This record gives sequence, C-alpha cells and structure tokens, in this order.
Amino acid sequence: MINGAEIMVRCLQEEGVSIVFGYPGAVICPFFDKLYDTDIKAVLVRQEQNAAHAASGYARAASKVGVCVATSGPGALNMITGIATAYMDSIPLVAITGQVRSDVLGRDVFQEADITGACESFVKHSYLVKDTADLPRIFKEAFHIAATGRPGPVLIDVPVDVQQGEIEEFVYPEKVNIIGYKPSVQGHPLQIKRALDVLANSKRPVICVGGGVLTSGAKPKLREFVKLTGIPVVSTMMGIGAMPSDNPAYVGMIGSHGIKAANKTIHESDLVILCGARVGDRAVASPDQVVQHANVIHIDIDPAEIGKNMKTTIPIVGDLKNVLNQLLKEVSYKAPNEWLENIAQWKKELALPHKTFDGFVEPQSFLKNLSSHLRQKAILIADVGQNQIWCANSFKMSDGRFFTSGGMGTMGYSVPAAVGAKFARPTRDVIAVCGDGAFQMSLNELATIAQNNLNVKIIVMRNTVLGMVHELQDFHYNSRYAVTELDDIPNFIKIAEAYGIESAFASSNEEAEAYSKQMLKSDKPFLLVCNVHPLTPSK
Amino acid sequence: MKYTLSVLVENHAGVLSKVSGLFSRRGFNIDSLAVGTTEDENISRITIVVNGDEYVVEQLEKQLNKLIPVIKVRTYTEGGFISRELYLVKVHCPAKQRLDIMKIAELMDAKIVDVALNSMTIQFADTSERFETLTDLLKPYGIREIVRTGTVAIEKDSAVSKK
Repeated sequence: MINGAEIMVRCLQEEGVSIVFGYPGAVICPFFDKLYDTDIKAVLVRQEQNAAHAASGYARAASKVGVCVATSGPGALNMITGIATAYMDSIPLVAITGQVRSDVLGRDVFQEADITGACESFVKHSYLVKDTADLPRIFKEAFHIAATGRPGPVLIDVPVDVQQGEIEEFVYPEKVNIIGYKPSVQGHPLQIKRALDVLANSKRPVICVGGGVLTSGAKPKLREFVKLTGIPVVSTMMGIGAMPSDNPAYVGMIGSHGIKAANKTIHESDLVILCGARVGDRAVASPDQVVQHANVIHIDIDPAEIGKNMKTTIPIVGDLKNVLNQLLKEVSYKAPNEWLENIAQWKKELALPHKTFDGFVEPQSFLKNLSSHLRQKAILIADVGQNQIWCANSFKMSDGRFFTSGGMGTMGYSVPAAVGAKFARPTRDVIAVCGDGAFQMSLNELATIAQNNLNVKIIVMRNTVLGMVHELQDFHYNSRYAVTELDDIPNFIKIAEAYGIESAFASSNEEAEAYSKQMLKSDKPFLLVCNVHPLTPSK
Repeated sequence: MKYTLSVLVENHAGVLSKVSGLFSRRGFNIDSLAVGTTEDENISRITIVVNGDEYVVEQLEKQLNKLIPVIKVRTYTEGGFISRELYLVKVHCPAKQRLDIMKIAELMDAKIVDVALNSMTIQFADTSERFETLTDLLKPYGIREIVRTGTVAIEKDSAVSKK
C-alpha cells in the first residue's frame, strides 16, 4: 500500500524534480513528511509568495518546471501573487497546495480557502484532487501542461485526506492524453511561404522579440536569422537577452520605457515581425498607428495572442525555434543598407545623456560597467520600478539572462527569484537589482539566503522614495509626493548585519564599482546599497 | 451582432465555472448560456449566444480553445443552424379569459401545462423572436412570471450539404 503523500513525492521524482520551494502548514504536512525521506531539497522561504517567485526564478534559470508548495487558506492565498506573476510571463510552475479534508470542503473550516476558484484566471489549469488514485494522472498532466505549448502555472490542490488515503500500488502514467490540449509546434508551410513573400517586398523590416524567444529556446536560431538577413531587432522588456546588446542589428528596448531609437524604428518600419511578443500596452502604446504603415507577421505558439493587441497580416502559430528554422531554410533576404544607416543614425542622435548628482550613484552607467565585470552567462534579475528600467536599458547583455516581472510588474520579485535562480545555476553570477521600496517587500528572504549560504548578490538602489511613482508625480501631479516617501528607513547595512550578510554603502560610481568588484570576488551573499538621488530619472 | 457558439467540453466538475469565468474576466457580454451532456456522457455541450463584433467572437473562440477541458469550439454561421429556447410563462387568467389564452397558445403552437383558478402556465419552445410575439399577445392579460432556458442550437445538415 502507498499513501497519497508518498504518491505525490514519487510523481515529483518521476518528473525529475530536485528542489521545491515552500512553507508548511497542517494540511500539507503529510506531503512534507514524505518529502523529508528523499533527496528532493525543500527550501523554506519566509513567505509563500516568495515560494512562487523562487520557483519562477528556478524555472527560468534551469529551463525546467519550478515547484512551489504551500498549505491551505492563507498559505495558498499568499502564493496567488506569485502564481499570477508567473502566469503573465508564461513561466512553467506546478503549485501544490494542501487543502482541508474533502468531507468538510465548503463549510468554511479553519484555514479553508477556495484556491482553485481564486486562481482561476491566473493559472493555465488547476485541479482539486478528490481521489488518491487520481494523483499520478493529475501530476503527469500538470507537468505536461505547465511545460508545453505556451508555458504557465498549474495548480494542484490536494485535500489532506487525499494525501493520507492509500491505494494498492504506484504506477506513473507514461503518456498524457488530454483531448482538448494539443498545442501546434510547426508553422504552417503556406504561412511560412506567405511570410517570406511579404518580407521579400519589404524595404524597412524590423524584428520585435519578446519573452517567447527565451521560453522557446529560439535564441540561437534568432541570432542566426538576424546574422543572415541583417534585419534590425527591437525588444520588449521580456525579450531582453535574446540579442546581444552590442550586436549592430540590435536597436534596444521599445515601449513607454524603452529608447527613442527603438520606438522610431518600429514606427518607421513597413514590416514588423513579432517573435514571441504579445504587444503589451507597455511595449507598443498605439498598435493601431503601427499597422497603418506596416505589415505584421506574428509568430507565436499561443493563437490567442495573434491579433489580440495588433492586427496581423500573416499569423504563424508554432514554436518559435521551429518556425525560425523553417524560415531560415528558405530565406534569401538582405535588409537594405539605407534602412540600417537610418537606424544607426537615430541610435546616435536620440540617445539621452544620463543625469548625475554629486554624492550619489548614477545607476545607468554603474549597471553598464557592472555588466562587463560579470562572468559568462550571468543572470541579472531586475525588480520593478525605476530599477527595472535602468537595468533593461543599461545592462549589457551577451550570453547571460535577464529576469524580471515583465507582465505583472510585481514588486519584491527580484530577491526570491534570485534565490531560485541560484539554486538552479550555482556556478553562475546571480545578481538581484531592486529599489529600496521593492527590497522591503521581500527582504525577509535574506534569511533564506543566509540559511542556505546562497551566493546571491543584491544591489539596492536606495533613493528613499518610490521612484517610479515619484517620477510620475513629478510629471503629472505637480510634484505632490503623495505616499511615495520612504525616508531613510531602515538602515539596510544593519539589516544585512542582522542576517549575517556582508554589505557596503556606495555614494558615488567609483565607490559602487570598487565595492562591486569586492562583492563579485567573494563567494558569499552580499548586499550593496547604492545611494541614488530621488530625482534621478528612469531614463 | 449576435453569434451562437457551440463548445464541446469534458464533463468534469468545475468546467462550467472555468468557461463562464472567462466571460467576465475578458469583458465579453453573453446573452445566454446553456449546458447539457451530449450523446457521449463524458462530453458536455455548452451553447453560448454572445453579442459583439468579429473581433470579440474571434477572441472568444481563441480564449475558449485555450482552456484545457475545452475540446472544440464552433461558431455557427447564420442560416446554418436551428436554435431553440424553452420558455415557461405564467399568465394571470380568471375563468372568463381561459378560452382566449388557450386560443393564443394554440395559434402559437404553445402548450398549456398547468391550469389553476386564477392562472395558466404555458410551455413554449421556439426562437426568441417568436417568443416576443407570444409575450406581446399575452401581456394584456397580465404576465406573472417568465422562466427561460438559454438557447440551444444544432447545425442543419441540409444547409451544410448545400454548400
């Protein structure tokens, strides 16, 4: 005989899971108890939301499904923001929650919450398990659904009696068969041909890359395609890292927080090739204007994204790396020189000088320099706020990765995501950059970092205000700083000391650089606080 | 414009809430929704009538297709399907008006399913346009209560074979 909790653990083993991030509670105890006997590492985070963020950082860095676990009621509810954050950025997660006994479901017993109901619009799929015997099939399906097609979080809610129930033997299904779920992976050959015809007639094409390039593992194919055709590339925030920043074809990030040259490129183009980008409002504020002068080829694995935000001339549904491969086989196009020269000119003309203040760190040049000191394949994780924009526009990407909460814009993402990323890639540099606002939303995870002696580097851009909104107030609210002042609280150096983490405070770019060198040499966690002027603009 | 969508789904607990939840969170306005099992008891059919333009229907189809328990989505083309709704109407009806109302029911092909001292209940299965005619005719007598199902629809083989 085998009980449900052990079945859950065996399912995780069958799926090759080596680590879970979670927080225990009474009704998930049977599961954690069985997990305790195995090699699967269970990382205790300090709040459930961070379990989901850590699993997300892990999933992105390891290119595997991340697993987070919480108990019923408040535990599960705390996890929602993390699950929704993963959903918006298409990150594969399996979230496991304990639930009260199935015979008292719906009676509002202690720590009961309808988590499958509450999460409905933030998950790719969810299960409330009613029978121990269903667990193997459900786990098999959940991992399959999370990782395939357009990835996303899947929730499995397991009542405690289902964990305690027993069945004869454990058999893990070899295959899944969900009749309503068969994502297409190859682009339709006719659409490929039509796309190439449109491209052949284009004088001013541009490729716009999104997070799909990285999710699909299409980075090498994309770079090959760009090398061959010379088509310029702009990126959404989620697509950063798809192209090396110093590649001459790369223009920069588009959108309200992007660079002018990139926005001009997309607005002057006659063909936009969207690669795994969903044209969010922050990326293209007025898609209707773009389609007035440009054809649009939209490549995406999720048919629902095509035509949702931007009218499409040629839709291609499929896995981007396959579609790019199909295109590569037949393409014989070269981007016209005149177009490339124009863009190069805009890049020079439209670059903004960085504003500096004495006694303060100028974040953009600091981040730019920092990128050159990192080892190969470093992982930079930006939080949300001005720090995100500074990172997105200034950090020089080559073969590393850039993680951030792009869709949901969840403050407090960077530190727990860095925890997950470091567990996935212990030999790589993992740097979290956040503001003093976001840092205070997840600084409890310093305990997780210290407890596991995780070599995670945290850079806090301390400007004593909630910078992004503060800046908005400057532009639109007569500089009335309503509820955006953090003042000089707390003393982050003392906080770091309390957790036994090394730290430093930098008041100039020279200091910040010197400390960051010291920080990168050490194999221990480090907190670098950069003193940033509250009026330093986002760009 | 009104569109009629036919959605085949796995017959599990919670599927209906996944489908109906989609409408409110994506801002779609539905006129009616009817659900029942098909010839295969593991599969249910949800018939949805929605008000919107082509963009709305295309998005709706795509978003519905994304739901894991959704097997197939079809939007019926005009003239290519038969649709019916079931109505139960309770009309105020003292003895002296019984004959009048019975005549209306007969004319409209409706059925009287309950007669009481002061009321009559009429069952009517037809399209919403025909139902409007019926209610117009009954209004002068005093309609006490109307109960209606959502629209169910089935594709016409005759229309398909003509194409």
